[in-house]
Amino acid sequence: MQTVLNLLEMEPIRFFISFGAILFLVLNLAAILTMAERKTAGYIQLRYGPNRVGPRGLLQPAADVFKLFTKENVSPGRADLWIFLGAPIAMFIPAAAVWMVIPFAPNAVVANLNIGILFFVAVTSIGALGVIMAGYGSHSTFSLLGALRGAAQMISYEVPLILSLLGVIMLTGSLSFVDVVNSQGPNFWGWYFLPQLPMALTFYIAGLAEVKRVPFDLPEGESEIVGGFMVEYSGMTWALIQASEFASMGLMASINVTLFFGGWQPPLEFLDLGNFNWIWFGLKTALIMFTFQWIRWSVPRLRMDQLMDLGWKILVPITLVWLFVTAGAMLVF
Amino acid sequence: MTLGLIQQQMAYTTLYLYVGIFMLLITGFVATVLVLARLLAPSRKSRTKDEIYETGESTVTDPWRPFPVRYYVFALLFLIFDVEAAFLYPWAVIYKSLGVYGFVEMVIFVVILGVGLAYAWKKGALKWV
Repeated sequence: MQTVLNLLEMEPIRFFISFGAILFLVLNLAAILTMAERKTAGYIQLRYGPNRVGPRGLLQPAADVFKLFTKENVSPGRADLWIFLGAPIAMFIPAAAVWMVIPFAPNAVVANLNIGILFFVAVTSIGALGVIMAGYGSHSTFSLLGALRGAAQMISYEVPLILSLLGVIMLTGSLSFVDVVNSQGPNFWGWYFLPQLPMALTFYIAGLAEVKRVPFDLPEGESEIVGGFMVEYSGMTWALIQASEFASMGLMASINVTLFFGGWQPPLEFLDLGNFNWIWFGLKTALIMFTFQWIRWSVPRLRMDQLMDLGWKILVPITLVWLFVTAGAMLVF
Repeated sequence: MTLGLIQQQMAYTTLYLYVGIFMLLITGFVATVLVLARLLAPSRKSRTKDEIYETGESTVTDPWRPFPVRYYVFALLFLIFDVEAAFLYPWAVIYKSLGVYGFVEMVIFVVILGVGLAYAWKKGALKWV
């Protein structure tokens, strides 16, 4: 038994196992989140949600995947097919690749990059590229409108997203996610959301906008431009875009947890589970994901100018001011 | 019993090679899914399916005509702040050892940018049209 485990921990083997595990995690996360989304919506609106396929409707995502695999992939006649089909790939990469640098348990990380946070910021911005590719490649007016809105929104919210991480970096003195989690300590009062509360809130809101969730879902805007940048997608191409949207929502929740809520650290020291600390990570991430869904069914969509104002006139100044406060406080104490 | 797949000490080159391989594998996976879907799904061409969706109306204008991008000022601001972040990140990493010197440096740097942002705000560049 021990030798088998040792073999699995040898280098290229460990990497490929972790790759498989992360792919498994991302796809299942997407499936489970679609289900959770519809169930949450159901219960918030006093109905059941999907409840036909399997016990309590739990097999609904599997049925959806089978259905979507057998659906025709319609693409508009004059679409630029390379861009059109490249968009799901460009959107899936950031949703999956950033999981590489997140520590799930003590030392359990695929690659402990010493520039982890920078890697996260850089790779997430590929997502904006995917939106523009999808919108422009479809050769459709609605798509183009959605893509332009998406581009404006995603570049605007990237600024507060990037700046809100500075406090955490200063307190840790490192860009590695592993160091960030280790420095937060095994008690909840050591986590960064307390000294960095404005930054944590900014990151939460900017993250919500970055993954295009309600109230920031203008690129999709069902009631005005129907599907926005993905209005022309169908079948499996559409499913891939949806999957990457949900996976990046899960990713954003887990980054929230890792940076501000202690990652895999237990809330109180005596609850430490050793290698099984990933349970804490999962619980906290699930809680944040639930708040994302809760917000979706409670808050109406913003108008475009309100959206830009919130980003540039409220969130960016907050992060700059709190940067001063953090720097000053670290100087004094 | 160890369940966690513990990362070993690795050389930088190996680490970044992994990042590259990871992205290639993901691209390969998505491309495979697309090809599989192409093979499994039916494909019957028709004129109607070639048309683009616009709530049932036929399209009047070509979406690829030149269009005004109203928010190029936002794009410029984004670029400025992104570069600012590229300067601030290394500064933030070693801030603990910089002391007062680092604080004053950063204040000057951020104030200049803050004045820029205030100027853009005053000029109405942050107004969505």
